[in-house]
Amino acid sequence: MKSVSIRDLSVSFGAVQVLHDVSFDVTPGECFGLVGESGSGKSTILRCASRLTDGWDGEVRIGDASVREMPVRERCRTLQMVFQDPYGSLHPRHSIRGALEEGLRVNGISDREERMAQAMRDVGLPVSFLDRYPHQLSGGQRQRVAIARALILEPDVLFLDEPTSALDVSVQAEVLNLLVRLQREKGFTYLMVSHDLAVVDHMCDRFAIMQHGRIVEVLDREAITRGGATQPYAKELIAASLEYETAI
Amino acid sequence: MSMTRDIPAAKPRRMPQGLIAARNILAFLAKAPTSLFGLVVLALLIGLAVFAPLIATHDPYIQDLQNTLQPPSGAHFFGTDELGRDIFSRLVHGSRITLTIIFLVTIVVGPIGLIFGTVSGYFGGKVDTVLMRITDIFLSFPSLILSMAFVAALGPSLNNAIIAISLTAWPPIARLARAETLTFRKADYIAAARLQGASAARIIWRSIVPMCLPSVLIRLTLNMATVILTAAGLGFLGLGAQPPLPEWGAMIATGRRYMIDSWWLVTFPGLAILSVSLAFNLLGDGLRDALDPKQMNRR
Repeated sequence: MKSVSIRDLSVSFGAVQVLHDVSFDVTPGECFGLVGESGSGKSTILRCASRLTDGWDGEVRIGDASVREMPVRERCRTLQMVFQDPYGSLHPRHSIRGALEEGLRVNGISDREERMAQAMRDVGLPVSFLDRYPHQLSGGQRQRVAIARALILEPDVLFLDEPTSALDVSVQAEVLNLLVRLQREKGFTYLMVSHDLAVVDHMCDRFAIMQHGRIVEVLDREAITRGGATQPYAKELIAASLEYETAI
Repeated sequence: MSMTRDIPAAKPRRMPQGLIAARNILAFLAKAPTSLFGLVVLALLIGLAVFAPLIATHDPYIQDLQNTLQPPSGAHFFGTDELGRDIFSRLVHGSRITLTIIFLVTIVVGPIGLIFGTVSGYFGGKVDTVLMRITDIFLSFPSLILSMAFVAALGPSLNNAIIAISLTAWPPIARLARAETLTFRKADYIAAARLQGASAARIIWRSIVPMCLPSVLIRLTLNMATVILTAAGLGFLGLGAQPPLPEWGAMIATGRRYMIDSWWLVTFPGLAILSVSLAFNLLGDGLRDALDPKQMNRR
């Protein structure tokens, strides 16, 4: 189990500053949520911290090591990400076996068959699915494959970029339960982006509310139902979300 | 999981995925009459080239000065040329030259274009600028003029014609591959491959090239018609295959002098060039339909 600590993370795309000195800590084994409206910079934090986006200022540490100084392989085996859209995150011309094997090959890990079978069992898919192609799977199954791909390198930290927002409601619950079970079994630290407070309530111990590239407030899960928010924007967001839920 | 159990298990695979795809593409092509025509002509061309010595009725190089400029007859299906050589046999043997040109140009142009395009598209920035300006320089010349300049510099021969045609044919492929790469370089599956620690070369080879391949294949097939025409043009101008090689363009060039009295000298090589380049165009069109992403689920 490793902690994630983000200090003064700032990034600009051209003239637009997307993140303004974002700082927060995620304790080992915790699930930390990032909530906010579209364009508030939630996903950008994940992309910066995983170094998919470069050219940012500040520091991101996983455990004791800064992600900038980690060798690529070590970073890959420490940190993995599950993407939002399972239709876009699996290569359409790679079989499931190809998708899972890639990471093992790149990182020179042996007994690949056994590890792939284990990863498939971990996410609740039959091992025979290894020979299928993404277009032969449903959205929920694809997202399970994407999770398996992240698991197979045995990372300590998983970044979840709205892992359920592209899925049907019934499948959402299955994937969330899978993520909760995996965290219990393997002790992952989760950093999860979502704009669904119900998902955050279900998954996260603490969460940060973001607006315009700044963290407005960091709250405990209980703050959603008990109204622990102090900042006006945080109150507004939680109230709007609760109102929406009671409306449906 | 009930969700996974409801879906019937995949049928066991007997053939590798590539073979299944190739078979399905062929079946698709055979359904449309135009692409079927392309397939048939291409098959004929390959058959002619492979069995040229068996099919040809005469030796393509043996001159018979007592039998010059004979019209088509039972002894000489397509007549004889100004040196008494059998035109049918020369056409049959010429198919080997045509196929060699197409094959060599394609295997040179395809990889070069793919590498330039995918590297340029994936890295972007300065790499993109440098590679694309080089491509622009090659694109800015008319291809026949540029290949003529190269052949003139290197000396006229079939091999130099192939090199010259390759030099002018890769830029459109590179442009195409770059445009394709740009559409999915930001895709999540590329990001996932980067997070798995794959190097840029590995990502380009394993993730980007397979996505560019269908459109590049289509483009190469459509390009083959141009390649044949350019080769014939160079042959016609005396810059390609040299006599006595039975290259179709060169045959037209020499037959031109006798065109008024002996129409068969230029007509049959011309028809051969026409039908083969038409076949490749139709085949390319058919491939475009067959490799359309919307058809992907059928495979």
